[in-house]
Amino acid sequence: MAEASEVAQPGGSDGPADLPKAELPKLYRAMVLARVVDERCLTLQRQGRIGFYVPLQGQEAAQVGSAWALDPEDWIFPAYRELAVALVRGVPVKLLLDQFIGNSGDVLKGRQMPNHYGYREFRFVTASSPVGTQISQAVGAAMAARWKGEEIVTVTYFGDGTTSSNDFHAGLNFAGVFKAPTIFFCQNNQWAISLPRERQTHSETLAIKATAYGFPGVVVDGTDVHAVFAAVRAARARALAGEGPTLIEAQVYRLGPHSTSDDPRRYRTDAELAKWKEKDPIARLKHELLTASVWTEEEDATLWETTRKEVVAAFESAEATPPVDPLTMFDDVFAERPAGLELQRASFAELLKDGGLKP
Amino acid sequence: MTELTIVQAINRGLAEAMRADPDVLVLGEDVGVNGGVFRATEGLHKEFGADRVIDTPLSETGIVGAAIGMALYGLKPIAEIQFVDFIYPAFDQIVSELAKFRYRSGGQYPCHVVIRSPYGGGIKGGLYHSQSPEAYFAHTSGLKVVIPSTPADAKALLTTAIHDPDPVLFLEPKRIYRAVSGEVPDGELRVPFGVARTAREGADVTLLAYGAMIPTCLQAAETLAASGVQAEVLDLRTLVPLDEAAVLASVEKTGRAVIVHEAPRFCGFGAELAAILAEKAFFSLKAPVQRVTGYDTPFPYALENMYLPNAERIVHAARATLAAG
Repeated sequence: MAEASEVAQPGGSDGPADLPKAELPKLYRAMVLARVVDERCLTLQRQGRIGFYVPLQGQEAAQVGSAWALDPEDWIFPAYRELAVALVRGVPVKLLLDQFIGNSGDVLKGRQMPNHYGYREFRFVTASSPVGTQISQAVGAAMAARWKGEEIVTVTYFGDGTTSSNDFHAGLNFAGVFKAPTIFFCQNNQWAISLPRERQTHSETLAIKATAYGFPGVVVDGTDVHAVFAAVRAARARALAGEGPTLIEAQVYRLGPHSTSDDPRRYRTDAELAKWKEKDPIARLKHELLTASVWTEEEDATLWETTRKEVVAAFESAEATPPVDPLTMFDDVFAERPAGLELQRASFAELLKDGGLKP
Repeated sequence: MTELTIVQAINRGLAEAMRADPDVLVLGEDVGVNGGVFRATEGLHKEFGADRVIDTPLSETGIVGAAIGMALYGLKPIAEIQFVDFIYPAFDQIVSELAKFRYRSGGQYPCHVVIRSPYGGGIKGGLYHSQSPEAYFAHTSGLKVVIPSTPADAKALLTTAIHDPDPVLFLEPKRIYRAVSGEVPDGELRVPFGVARTAREGADVTLLAYGAMIPTCLQAAETLAASGVQAEVLDLRTLVPLDEAAVLASVEKTGRAVIVHEAPRFCGFGAELAAILAEKAFFSLKAPVQRVTGYDTPFPYALENMYLPNAERIVHAARATLAAG
């Protein structure tokens, strides 16, 4: 292990790092909910009821553990795979499903592909597809929060592939120079579509890259919710103490495809997948809960069953939500529509009225 | 009223906006202690401190990305890109992020960043200190593109930009940063976006231009006037939003149009103007529309003055429209 990196352990020295035992079933519930939504969405995509989907299976502990360590006032700059983070933030499943369909319930007004949601109310900034662009934005927001005297941190999520992007380096460099209260949370899921981690960078770890920018990089087992929670708590305490940013590399595995358009059998082996399936974070936490006698098999069966029912009901409700109003296409380009766009909207409205346009 | 150059007017506009609103801040390369390589931010670091006049590392994508984050959080950042030729590392942040944030979030996240940047030729800057990339940005839905040509407009349009709810690319004609000076009203002054300025009235031919090409067009109009041709010079001031009504009104009056810009001709902003005239002023035109532009080559160093549109080429084009009918 590189000198700058260390495997964080629960109960680390930098703050309240232990997850109270009574909280663990709550984290488990969030992870199960994420898994159920994920499984359901993969099915719905195959059925053609949503157009596309980006699964997160295998990354639930990294996402739930990290989000659990934050304050509700903290700002999150996600990529497009952070479903469980959104759920921990309190985003209702129905609202997420509205976005996946792009209906009139979608806060984004049907403008983005599935998984690119964002909710100001939950301090969860709307995602985009280019990788890494959110990183330097998170740094700017952290600088702004400090300038306004607000005691919050910004947390940005990204994957192993993004550590090669322009904004990863620009953002980390800015954060180091300005000691921005930002946490860089990298979910190293071992694969950037078809490119394996060892071909992404010759660095020994991803976390070690922080060393060059003058702040700590930490490697954690991303299937261990305790380790993740502890690392983020420590990074948060450090940021709020004015000591600057931290890069956390949570080592996980993307159990599913990159997206529903991807077939991972083209580039990785069944044996590798089987090895990581043994480290399924949900099975791991369930085992811990059962061993600690804070959870029973009966409770578990009930949880999966009721969660599945709730998600099915939420999707039925989302599917019954009316489609987006086509004329909203012309809103929000600017605060006010310029004259030229107003004319385009009027001409579009005429075509619409004549029945010359179909969704 | 104070007599100022364009760069002084910009400096004045920045200082006044920062005094009036603590959420306004400036960031960029060499903008702080050094006061900017063109001195546009001179004195700001001393008056407002290093937290509001931020010397950044040398990364345009970092500058614009950080400015976006600041704006999302509620500040009003003004990012300086030292030369617009160096804006391309930030292209992704500008086109994919800044321009689309309001739209992609369903209106939840307005993103009011002002990006100031010197553009254009005339300072012996060669390929990488001379370009006019306004068309790339005018083509991007969600961005406003502003180019002043006088000291008073520079200050007033910048003030409008700082208070505008949308992202603004504010391109400064560096060739006339100091070559043009004029009276600038003291105190806050705003010019609304989307309103062109008639720099000279005339009935025979309309010269459509912006930025550093305005003084060149005025010079051409003088030459034309000597032979009895009255050219109208329309300074567009904002390319997005465009004052289409003013463009059409002038060309409907004169029946002739010459479009002038430094940028290469092919798919330049002039192509959009010519298309608008073809669509909406076709029956008022007495002659084909002419374009006087940079050539479709990279910007040359030694031959700069032969590359850039000059008064002679504009006069020639205007005479061609007169000869046509």
